[in-house]
Amino acid sequence: MNTSGLNLLIGLAMGLNLLALGSGRVSSLIRAVSFQGMALGAMPFLLSHEFSPWVTLVAIATMVGKGWVIPLLLGRAMRAAHIEREIDPLIGFVPSLLLGAGGTIAAIALARSLPLRPEHAGTLLVPGAVASILTGFILLIGRNKALSQVCGYLILENGIYLFGLLLIHATPLLVEAGILLDVTVGVFVIGIIVDRIQRAFDTLDTRKLTVLRE
Amino acid sequence: MIPLLLILLPLAGALLAAAAPSDRTRPWFLPAVGVSHTGLSLHLLLHPPVVADGAWFGFDAVARAVLPMVSVLFLLCSLYGVPYLRARSERPNRVFVATLLAVIGLISAGLMARHLGVLWIATEGVTLAAVPLLHFNRTPRAFEATWKYLLVGGTGIALSLLGSFCLGYASLYGHGSGDLTFHALTEAGADLSRPWLLIAWVLLLAGYGTKMGLAPMHTWKPDAYGEAPGLVGAILAGGLTTVAFVALLRVRSVLGAAGEGAVADLTLLCLGLFSLGVAALYLLGTRDFKRMLAYSSVEHMGILSLATALGPAGIGAALFHVWTNSLTKGSLFLSAGNLRRSAGTASMDDVRGLSESAPRSTALFVAGLFAVTACPPFGIFFSELRILRAAMDGGHGFTAGAFLLGLLFAFFGLTRVVLGVAYGPPRRRPPAPGPRFAETAGVILPPLVLLGLSAWLGLSPPPLLEQVWSAAVAQLASTP
Repeated sequence: MNTSGLNLLIGLAMGLNLLALGSGRVSSLIRAVSFQGMALGAMPFLLSHEFSPWVTLVAIATMVGKGWVIPLLLGRAMRAAHIEREIDPLIGFVPSLLLGAGGTIAAIALARSLPLRPEHAGTLLVPGAVASILTGFILLIGRNKALSQVCGYLILENGIYLFGLLLIHATPLLVEAGILLDVTVGVFVIGIIVDRIQRAFDTLDTRKLTVLRE
Repeated sequence: MIPLLLILLPLAGALLAAAAPSDRTRPWFLPAVGVSHTGLSLHLLLHPPVVADGAWFGFDAVARAVLPMVSVLFLLCSLYGVPYLRARSERPNRVFVATLLAVIGLISAGLMARHLGVLWIATEGVTLAAVPLLHFNRTPRAFEATWKYLLVGGTGIALSLLGSFCLGYASLYGHGSGDLTFHALTEAGADLSRPWLLIAWVLLLAGYGTKMGLAPMHTWKPDAYGEAPGLVGAILAGGLTTVAFVALLRVRSVLGAAGEGAVADLTLLCLGLFSLGVAALYLLGTRDFKRMLAYSSVEHMGILSLATALGPAGIGAALFHVWTNSLTKGSLFLSAGNLRRSAGTASMDDVRGLSESAPRSTALFVAGLFAVTACPPFGIFFSELRILRAAMDGGHGFTAGAFLLGLLFAFFGLTRVVLGVAYGPPRRRPPAPGPRFAETAGVILPPLVLLGLSAWLGLSPPPLLEQVWSAAVAQLASTP
């Protein structure tokens, strides 16, 4: 296993988390998610010693799905709705960044205290996963535009994928493939909904979704 | 092979329905699948198949204890669906019928899943397949409800996947072979890594708790149930929540085998009581009779959660309560759907005196109110009594008191809304455009039969079901 190469990629993904938290332009948010997806897709190659067709398939499917197809759909939704910037977010960009940076440090500290198998102890997989999940939640809660929230959801999913890499050799790949399919379909459906919401409200601002309340 | 048909048959039906050309004949796919699904699951109830330990799907004791109920509920909803979709002929129903059939196939898969990953895939599938159903009315309110459902439900499903990974890692760290069937996880028992196991439990409880609609993860429920057609609400409240509850029961048994049952029970108890309290408070405030049903569902999920925390007797009572609650809720959702269509709105600010415009549906709705607030002879009275007895026998006096208090407040809230819309002088509103809502046998009999089943379960629960529930408790409590 190529630990240093893997850690480099995870570090890159963690940096992209911070970029996503600090960016006000939806297009750069989508680009950050796309790069993160590609980095994630390359990781299974570094985790395995020998060539395995299943792992290769998972890796290529991840790269194409997370790195290309989903960002393409998001970009199309963005242009259709004329949404360029996140305006007046619930959690500002600087507080989001500070939260994200603090969360990353906390994630590293947390991972130290968890029992890990010797082959995983040297990797950043667990802190990377926790930091990405946290980033995803900050974006989900702190952003108003539906597209930014979908990007947050994707980063959350990426964090879970990072954690899943711990198990990639232990669990049957059928489960992994099924999970990948579900993720893609889930975002696809969300994309359709975004499209519909736009037609119904002429805006992608989820703050206007407030009719249903007590 | 026969158990797999419970999954494959509705999925095949969904494909055929999607390919069928006519909107007028397509709804008949629903009762066709409903009848065969119910036939199959009743056959399996009487002749349980042998399930291999390592099987990923199986009609095991736990599936046998709940799946027949879902079949019967779906059958009655599908019979209701034919006249419903005929009345809504202005909408194309291709997607609706196909996804409803897919939902029932995936719910069967979720209930029979004996593998952590497969269970997750089935739950994710149900979540996604239900989206077009919520969206059927295409109003701005339905869009809003669907968006919230996706965002909250999607996050819940992500957390349960993370929890599944953590449970997998707990097994891997304990030198497991990577076999994630519940059988293997239970056998690994004390070998599972304790920190990872507890993290997994918290995440799975949050994830599947979101699907179940336990407070504070219940926020999608009032919107979704309030805006979805009544029959979709019935299937979600009786089927989807049951999948999530069974998932929690299966995971809870893994924790029990690992010696962490006390922690799991404490969290389930707290979450259950909290849900009961939150639901009771919202029931006192809500003004919409369909959203009211959603809060009532949150209340009953809380009851299931706290019953599970009361040990084997409580789990047995909870399985009984799954039956009584789902059948009663089904009846309430269907009659509420009738009332909603008759009145044109579901808010008690605009609706009064429904007993004049839709007397039969109103009578059913009021009877359903008494059934769901645990009046004898309906089933919920007896299942809640059993839960109460389990609490008292186990020395949980405080829990029993809080439980009764929650029920009392829920009773006040529910009667306030139901009696408010049912009686009194009707509001003189301009008649809604289009033909007047007609209370035909097709929309009255299914909720009536569901209510009758609830009463039957209360008055004389068949001994066979008692045995089946005990067998499920034995499987869940087994320690190798």
